[in-house]
Formats: sequence, C-alpha cells, structure tokens
Amino acid sequence: MALLEARALHAGYGQTRVLHGMDFALEKGAITALLGANGAGKTTTLRALCGLVKTRGEIRFAGERIDGRKTEDIVRLGVAHVPDGRGTFAHLTTEENLRLGAYIRKDRASIDADLQRMYGYFPRLAERRRQQAGTLSGGEQQMLAISRALMLAPKLMLLDEPSFGLAPLLVVELFDILRRINQREQVTMFIVEQNAAMALELANSAYLLETGRVVLSGSSDVLKRDDAVRRAYLGY
Amino acid sequence: MEALLHQILAGLATGGIYASLALALVMIYQATHLVNFAQGEMAMFTTYIAWSLVNAGVPYWLAFAATVLLAFLFGVLIERLVIRPVEDAPVLAVVVVFIALLLILNSVTGWIYSYTIKSFPSPFPKESVFGKWLSSHELGAIGVTLVVVLLVYGFFRFTPLGLAMRAAAQNPASARLVGIRVGWMLALGWGLAAAVGAVAGMMVAPIVYLDPNMMGGILLYAFAAALVGGIDNPWGAVFGGFLVGVLENVLGAFVIGNELKLSVALAIIVGVLLVRPSGFFGSVHVTRV
Repeated sequence: MALLEARALHAGYGQTRVLHGMDFALEKGAITALLGANGAGKTTTLRALCGLVKTRGEIRFAGERIDGRKTEDIVRLGVAHVPDGRGTFAHLTTEENLRLGAYIRKDRASIDADLQRMYGYFPRLAERRRQQAGTLSGGEQQMLAISRALMLAPKLMLLDEPSFGLAPLLVVELFDILRRINQREQVTMFIVEQNAAMALELANSAYLLETGRVVLSGSSDVLKRDDAVRRAYLGY
Repeated sequence: MEALLHQILAGLATGGIYASLALALVMIYQATHLVNFAQGEMAMFTTYIAWSLVNAGVPYWLAFAATVLLAFLFGVLIERLVIRPVEDAPVLAVVVVFIALLLILNSVTGWIYSYTIKSFPSPFPKESVFGKWLSSHELGAIGVTLVVVLLVYGFFRFTPLGLAMRAAAQNPASARLVGIRVGWMLALGWGLAAAVGAVAGMMVAPIVYLDPNMMGGILLYAFAAALVGGIDNPWGAVFGGFLVGVLENVLGAFVIGNELKLSVALAIIVGVLLVRPSGFFGSVHVTRV
C-alpha cells in the first residue's frame, strides 16, 4: 500500500519550471530512493511534497490531499523533512534543537524517552547536548537534523542528501542507522542521494529522475542491474 | 556624596523603565530585524486604557492586569492587521509603517483623551521606607521591572512556546519544518512586547505624568539602552536600561543640567554607533561583500 502518491506533479520557482509531471508512489514502511544528476529536480521534489514550493498536480498522503497545504499543516500530519543544508537552529543548543523536533507532540513522557533514544543512536549528540548547535561539525549537524526529524515521530521522512559532506565511514554508519530506524520504527523514507550505489543498497525501490521527469523506476535490485543506471550513476 | 547616591538610585528607578521598553524593542528586533518606532506610543496608548479603568473605579492591580492583557491583544492585532501585509516589503516601507503607527496612535489618543496632562496613580504607598533616598514608587518600579524581566526570561528559556518563538525568529524555514506556525509566533512576539511596554508605561506615568507625548523622550532613552546593550541581546537591553538611567540622572544633576538630559540619550546613541555598533553584548555580524 502506498503511504504517499503523487500524480502529474509540477513544480517550479517563479517562471522556472523544474518538475514536469512526475508520477510516483512511496510504499508504506519501505525506503524509496530518488536518484538523478545535479539539477534534475530531486530537492525540488522533496520541497514540493511538504509545500515549500508552489505545485500543480495531486499529492495524497495516507489517502488525504496535501497539495497546496501549508508546510506546518503537512508536517503536523507526520511528514518530517531533513532539508539540504540541515536546517540547524544555530543559536540554540543541541538539546533545544531536538526538543523543537517534538514541538507538535503533546506526550511529554515519551518525548523524553525519544530524546534518550536519539542519544542512543548518536552518542556524539549526547556529548554536545548543551552546546550551541551552530558549533557542531557538519557530520554532527547532519545527525542532529536526522534526529530532529525523528523526534516528530514521523510516518514519512524526507531525507535530502543525508550523506552530503560526510566522511565515507560516517556515511556507512549513518545509512546503517537509517536502516535500523526504518526496520524498528516502520518509518517510511524517501531519500534523495548523489551516492547512488549506497542509496540503492539501502532502498527497496528507486525512481530515476531526469530534468524533472521520472525516466525509470523499479526495485533497487532491478535498477542496480540496469545498464544505463550502472554507467551513469554507479560508474562501472 | 549623599546627593550622588540619591541620583544613582533615582536613575536605577527610571532605568528600570527604560530597560522594560528596551526589552520590548529587542524582542521585536530579534524577530524582524527592525526597530519598532511605535513601541513607545503603543505603551502610551495602553497606559491611557489603564487610566480609564482606574478612573472608572477598577482597583489598581486589577486595572494593571487587564491593561497588560489588553496590550497583549492589541500587539497581536497590530501585527496581524498592520505589519503582516508588509511582511515582505522593503525595509524602508516597514519603517514608514512604524512611523505612521506612531503618529496615528499619538493623534488618536490626543483626540480621545485630549492633550491635557493627567496625573496617573502609583500603586505604591506615599511614605517611603528609604526616606529621602528613594521614593516607594521608584523602589516599586525597580521591583516590577525585575519581575517582568524574570518572567520574560523564564518564558523564553523554559517553556516550549518560548523555545518555538526563539526558533521561529532565528530560522523561520526550519521552524516551519518542525510544525511551528511562524506567523503566529511573530504575532505573539508583538503581543508580548506590547505587554512589556504597557508595564513600562504604567510605571513611568506617575513620574512624567500622562500625556500623548509622554513616551517620546522615554523611547529615545530605550533606544540608547538597547544600543548600549547590543540591539539583539535582551540581557544587554536590561543592563543598558539601568546604565542609561543612572547616566542620565547623574549627568543631568551634576554636569550638564536637567534641561539637557535628553541629549545624553542622543549622545549615547551616536557614540555607540560610532565606537561600538554592536554594543556591549550584541553579536557582531560580518558580511562578505
């Protein structure tokens, strides 16, 4: 069953059109990857899903139309976006950043428990809990962004290039954690990645985007074996 | 020596009032990066509401609470109706709106209540515990200021709503992504600033008397205070308020005379901008050009 479905999704900035009628569906509980070259419209797709850009077409989340709604309202349905650039609240402490993630939740006791769970996933954040988040390293801020999104207790997580700027070892660790979170907490994930090999390793299925259109889709295994994908994105 | 001490204490009392208004200025500045020139007139207008209530026989502290509440709603309303439409307008357009608001409030108050000076009651007893050192109203004003500052601090530091307001001011885009209604946070900020300003108005009115122009000078001192402390630092604003109050009184009494007191504020504004634009505690912003 699809948790989110997009039909004939168009989006753009002012006069510039970026997405030209995309169709895709995100399977509930699964990880879906969105691959494509620079400028293909990957980030715009994620931004379109949570109302950060003007869209045309239809987006359904858990059966409900969400296109044209305000970002805050879409977030309140359980859509957490880990934006590119990480969106850190630089002048607030690490812990305040995490608590903000749970802003829409009212269940105080489980918020505290979730906070501890995040520190369990990312012990580095526990060490830096009282530190201004802007002073964290790039990798730590990425962990913070992911944890902040998880604090929402989301049904769907939109991840924009979680591997960006991270050391290779850290990327492996991060993807490992994402897999664990997906399996344990049944969070549906939609992940935009430049690192296609790793993304296909993590994801159950993937969409290939070229200049604002879906040109190929299927299970990760099928895409991994596709000649065009292999040459263009996997490099062998 | 005794006279000096008296001036310092009196300065602390008026300084507390400048501190409150400066705090209101900083709250708006943090959220919008603009100085609300109408902050003083908003405080003046709400002080007239308090005057009406007291005159109608409402007990002082009840009128005080009602005024703070009404001021809060008034601030929210102003943000929604007047500031919101110019949200994305150029800076100068917003500044013009602020100045228009100042003039409108000033004139409307004069029209409703007339420009004749009115006396405004103090809630504190006539006879002073410290005798000639400090009148009980001055002492009370310091106390009220400290309570206001602590309440504001506690609200922003320890409540989820306060945290959300700080987040919305700092990073509106990210704030939306955690589900914060950024527009409403701004409106709340205006409401709070107006409420803090109302307290300042009610505390200063027994000293300077109530008239539509009463806040003109006070607002200048508050600007000076906010600048001395660093316009983006609430603690700095409070510190600056007390400092400006003391300087104003001591210089006015012993150096330049009471007639030139207001120029102390102007000299401080120019001096800070020339020597140290970020004030004592403000953050320094560096921009690549």
